Amino acid sequence: MKLGLDIGSTTIKCILIDENKNILFETYKRHFSKIQSTTIELFNMVKPYLENNSVELAISGSAGMGMANRLKIPFVQEVYATRVAVLENIPDTDVVIELGGEDAKILFLKGSLEVRMNGTCAGGTGSFIDQMANLLNIPVEKLDDIAKNYTQTYSIASRCGVYAKGDVQPLINQGAEKSDIARSVFESVANQTVGGLAQGRPIKGNVVYLGGPLTFMSQLRDSLDCILKLKGNCPNHSLYYVSLGTAYLASEIFNLDKVSEDLKIDGTRCKYNAIEPLFNSELEIEEFQSRHAKASLKTTDPTTYKGDAYLGIDSGSTTIKLCIIDKEDNLIYTKYQSNNGDPVESARLFLIEFKENYPDINIKKSCSTGYGEELMKAAFNIEYNVVETMAHYRAAKHFDPLTDFIIDIGGQDIKCFKIENGVIDDIFLNEACSSGCGSFLQTFFDALGYTPQEATKLALTSRAPVDLGTRCTVFMNSLVKQAQKDGAKVEDIFAGLSISVVKNALYKVIRCNSASDLGAHIVTQGGTFLNDAVLRSFEQLLDTKVTRPSQAGIMGAFGCALYAKHMDSVEDIPSTFIDLDHLRNFFHKSVSTYCKGCTNNCHLTINQFSDGRKFTSGNNCERFVRPEHFIEDKENYNLYEFKRNYIRALKPIENAPRGKIGLPLALSMVELMPFYFKFFSELGYEVIKTAWSTRLTFIKGQSQIPSDTACYPAKLVHGHIQELIDEGIKTIIYPSSSYNIDEHKGDNNFNCPLVAYYPELIKHNTEDIINHNITFIDDFVSLHDRKMFVTRMVEILKQLGTFTKKEIKKASVAAYKALEDYSDSVNLQGEKIIEKGRSKNMPIIVLCGRPYHIDPELSHGIDSMLLQLGCVVVTEDSLSKLVPKSKRDVLNQWTYHTRMYDAAKFVTTQEDMNVLQLVSFGCGLDAVTTDEVKSILAEKGKIYTQVKIDEIANLGSVRIRARSLLEALKEAK
Amino acid sequence: MAEVPRVEFTKGMKKTHTLLLPNMLPVHFKMVREIFVNFGYKAELLTNEGPNVISEGLKYVHNDMCYPAQLVIGQMIDALNSGKYDKHKVALIISQTGGGCRASNYIFLLRKALIKAHMEYIPVVSLSMGLEKNPGFNLTNKMLLQAFAAIAYGDLIALLANQTRPYEIKKGETNKIIEKWTQIIATKFANNSGYIGWAMKRNIIDITKDFDNVKVKKTDKIKVGIVGEIYIKFAPLGNNHLQDFLESEGCEVMIPGLLGYFLYSMQNAHYDKEYYGGFKRKFELPFRSAVITIVEQIELMIYKNVAATTSNFVLPEGFKHEKTLSKGIIDHGVKMGEGWLLSAEILELNELGYPNVVCAQPFGCLPNHIVAKGAIRSINAREPGINIVPIDYDPSTASVNQENRIKLMLSVAKEQLDKKIEEKASHNRARSVRSNLNASVAARTKLDNWEL
Repeated sequence: MKLGLDIGSTTIKCILIDENKNILFETYKRHFSKIQSTTIELFNMVKPYLENNSVELAISGSAGMGMANRLKIPFVQEVYATRVAVLENIPDTDVVIELGGEDAKILFLKGSLEVRMNGTCAGGTGSFIDQMANLLNIPVEKLDDIAKNYTQTYSIASRCGVYAKGDVQPLINQGAEKSDIARSVFESVANQTVGGLAQGRPIKGNVVYLGGPLTFMSQLRDSLDCILKLKGNCPNHSLYYVSLGTAYLASEIFNLDKVSEDLKIDGTRCKYNAIEPLFNSELEIEEFQSRHAKASLKTTDPTTYKGDAYLGIDSGSTTIKLCIIDKEDNLIYTKYQSNNGDPVESARLFLIEFKENYPDINIKKSCSTGYGEELMKAAFNIEYNVVETMAHYRAAKHFDPLTDFIIDIGGQDIKCFKIENGVIDDIFLNEACSSGCGSFLQTFFDALGYTPQEATKLALTSRAPVDLGTRCTVFMNSLVKQAQKDGAKVEDIFAGLSISVVKNALYKVIRCNSASDLGAHIVTQGGTFLNDAVLRSFEQLLDTKVTRPSQAGIMGAFGCALYAKHMDSVEDIPSTFIDLDHLRNFFHKSVSTYCKGCTNNCHLTINQFSDGRKFTSGNNCERFVRPEHFIEDKENYNLYEFKRNYIRALKPIENAPRGKIGLPLALSMVELMPFYFKFFSELGYEVIKTAWSTRLTFIKGQSQIPSDTACYPAKLVHGHIQELIDEGIKTIIYPSSSYNIDEHKGDNNFNCPLVAYYPELIKHNTEDIINHNITFIDDFVSLHDRKMFVTRMVEILKQLGTFTKKEIKKASVAAYKALEDYSDSVNLQGEKIIEKGRSKNMPIIVLCGRPYHIDPELSHGIDSMLLQLGCVVVTEDSLSKLVPKSKRDVLNQWTYHTRMYDAAKFVTTQEDMNVLQLVSFGCGLDAVTTDEVKSILAEKGKIYTQVKIDEIANLGSVRIRARSLLEALKEAK
Repeated sequence: MAEVPRVEFTKGMKKTHTLLLPNMLPVHFKMVREIFVNFGYKAELLTNEGPNVISEGLKYVHNDMCYPAQLVIGQMIDALNSGKYDKHKVALIISQTGGGCRASNYIFLLRKALIKAHMEYIPVVSLSMGLEKNPGFNLTNKMLLQAFAAIAYGDLIALLANQTRPYEIKKGETNKIIEKWTQIIATKFANNSGYIGWAMKRNIIDITKDFDNVKVKKTDKIKVGIVGEIYIKFAPLGNNHLQDFLESEGCEVMIPGLLGYFLYSMQNAHYDKEYYGGFKRKFELPFRSAVITIVEQIELMIYKNVAATTSNFVLPEGFKHEKTLSKGIIDHGVKMGEGWLLSAEILELNELGYPNVVCAQPFGCLPNHIVAKGAIRSINAREPGINIVPIDYDPSTASVNQENRIKLMLSVAKEQLDKKIEEKASHNRARSVRSNLNASVAARTKLDNWEL
């Protein structure tokens, strides 16, 4: 008999077969990281089938490798095992799609064997679904049932669990239907599988679905079927294919009693990377806890208090915090709880309870903040709202007037601000990627079966915390897995996770090296700091002592309450806050729709309240939210808009003698579009350019993307090429070039490697180009030498027909002229916009990015959002020409980057201008530029604000950043 | 922050300061260090590893910067803080390539890191083709010649050792020969010999003989090539000791040498001329052509002499041949990072009987989106037998994931190898029956091994 064991990230599966490959026994168990003991349990279940407890044994699975090595049991790579099992049982299979706890795999069995596994950054897998179910507060088993009732779906970033969370959370907060979200989660996993893994090879023929998620979730199978346009086969034993293949390959006999004995011994060994423990003795723990117990706000007993009070609501991503204070700023009542995916209802229940219990307390003024700030304000007629950074500062300042640094680690975000001279001087917010926050810890506590309190207590006692680094959750999963394999105890993992959260905040978000970089009066806030292990680790790593209010979790709400009280004292307006009767009868429902105001078709969520009022969120302009602020002639306020319109307005010539050619409006071609458009028009072509990207553009090309960690702007190119092909264009021009335009401002004029060579990649990964259905011209040519351009083009265009050199030269002259015209009008319009901003006293924001960031799908309407916030927006390239060439502290060798440095330099000379830098996720070069832009600005005391953008479409955190910047500027005045 | 001031390496420092070198290729750089010593510098190779190197890297280098930058700088800061050196008596050396990749910025990042670590007084020397000058640091022609010779010797020693070590009967013998020859070469350099002409030829033959004389038991092993981003490809610190791992899994490993990368860098100027026009410096191209010709000749001379000494080693055909291979796959204009060379190396490895390839790169490596992951499809279309696995390295990736991926590649490789052995065996059975020859089993086994 043969036994195959598949030890995965969350479960162990085992299958026993006889000599004729008949299945005698199969089962699986969640191992909760207790791999050894779970394995022994499974062995005991198998033993009754065996003689002498001996069997031919082999092990597979990502978590089984170490065990197999140590016990000298043959190891079978899991994909290989799948392949063996599939070829045996379903020999006519073309493609296998297998999703596991943390892995996603596609096996192409026909033709040349190819195997695709998910990259280290892709989380569209079982644990991702778990995480999403957790977020929705639905048991994962129910997710499938709920999804069946969907009516519409939302686009959820499928690249990685962390991003998806950033998409799902706002949907929950905005009150989208859970069934719709559930189905969207499945679709995003299906999209990720096809888009991330297929890498251009079409999935067709007989497709087999394997692994846990596909076995249990019919909606996931359905989503995949829809995307692939076929009906996949999910065979019997689909959960056990890895173990089955492993069993087929088992050939060495082991005695299970002996193996169990070895396993028991094995569990005690420790060889992971351990770091310094948090505490060395009980005494230290006591000293630490009593020191922090001192930092507490005064309270008032609600049962005896009568009179006016002020309410603050901090509606966060996963939790809701409420705080009510009296006239002396004493706490009357606080509440910190999970929002259960419905913050409005959570708040309503609390408010009813409060008002019923304490009828003598009159909530005079109220204020809201956080992700759900606007929704709360609308729902309960709250008088004020304030950006959360400001709420936190107000709270900290109240607590310690000398506060010069605040760090707040909440459920999903990290906010840090440096304060100088009483003004917020620098803001650090975590990017969507560095997700080491409260919900991250929560996820792990849940996964391992502990409450946060138990986990924290355990962590404090760890003797040897695991060194887990500082990466995102997806990485962390596998590191935890490995640590467990290496014998780390659960307390060591909890301690390690807490330390990792702090390291993430310090090294990734703030990027500081010592406490003196931060300040002398550090106040820590946010629920995550209520975890003593996190707090201790923060003090330990910085070698300093900080203040943690014992109400750390509600400081945002407290700040709001303070703000409400403050505003009450400065302006005399009537209280509008909802009364008890209305609260009792209050209900709301949300409808999701698409805006038809313009061609952007923004996704809108309309909340309808019981009294008939409506609250609309989700669109990128004021058209419906605040019609009185809506601007019709945007290009006069927003240079991004102007540029887009300019390029949009390029019209192909009529009756073109040479026919059609296509140009993709992406990467390098965005800025060069006026040039190449003119060039080929002059040569007699009807030039077809693609339109500005939408989400659909990405989806059209996503199955052809070979590298899932490339930046989003690059990934979009595939969609543009596909659009041209779909339009029936037979010739596509997309030149490669190491060099960009030379503006003589830097040390060199390189393109970044992706901008330079993406055409090469397109050539190798687009079906129709590989099959020669399309003439694709990606030859190397640069614009920086006009003579050489002509020489090269004479050579290159031989592929298309006969052109005289004279003809090409003439076209090039016109093209260079067109490019200059474009650049001149951008500069001129930039000046006009600045003038307009100055005359209307609007802040001027320089939205620093690359030329291709004007694509609305890339900048996600951030430029329009700034307009909404009352700013005018100009681009980096409209200002960079205004400063002379200067030396930089980095190798200044990329044309696009040089402009950002120069624009930043110019901004330092202008009182009313500020920089917001756009950075595409995965842009390695921006690791260099962000630091440099920041230091250029810091030299002259300017605030630096950075926004990382990827597939994420929600502007929530970007808005916080921008608002904080504007608030900080206002306070600085 | 004010402009980062540059601390020069002064003439006086040559006597007082120890130069610390990052260790990218263990064999090669040992000899390079000796060259520095021979020319009157105090120099030391950094060999410190461990979690602290990575955590210092994360602390002082932007976390989105590529992994090699974090490692190299982390290793330096870790060494400086180790207490082993007088911080006021050391200088750091780092290479500066000037290509379109972010790697060209390492030296600036290192200086920024030193400022953050309050060690801004430590001079940083750029090892480059004249991008930055230091009065106390002068690469003479003789040094350059010796350095090239060291690279050539290093490539050769690694090539021969990699084909010997997996089969050696007495464990450790191969590594002893590596040790022996790096010492000998260094001493010869010190005596101003061994880096050109006849002396070099004699050394090559002796080295070959030494490795050939190691007692081996040839078995059928999976043959794996390693290509990738230059630091991650070569440095064990960068690739979690990939070569050791593969050898422990029973593979034989071939890593295309550093000379090829050098020639690739030199050659790119010619393609630049073709695509983008002339150079400011008039003699740039003729000079480069001359260097390429000479180095190519040296390369061929080496292989010729090895081949004349023994037929037991698989030898590449040289750069001249290699550069023709990627034609039709990736354009020669792709010159950032490893550019077109990477595809060429994969195809060359396949020609030499190493169809299984690990392509190692830092997580999010920009050029490798194009030249590695982007080109795999075309490579496979041309050579379906090539079994490539791209592996990303970064500070926090669990090695278990990397190993798991590599094991998958090895499972497929094993299957192909078994099939080949089976085919060969049945072919041989048929042949031996037909010809009725009494060829000795031993001889046949040997032949089979080399043909596989």
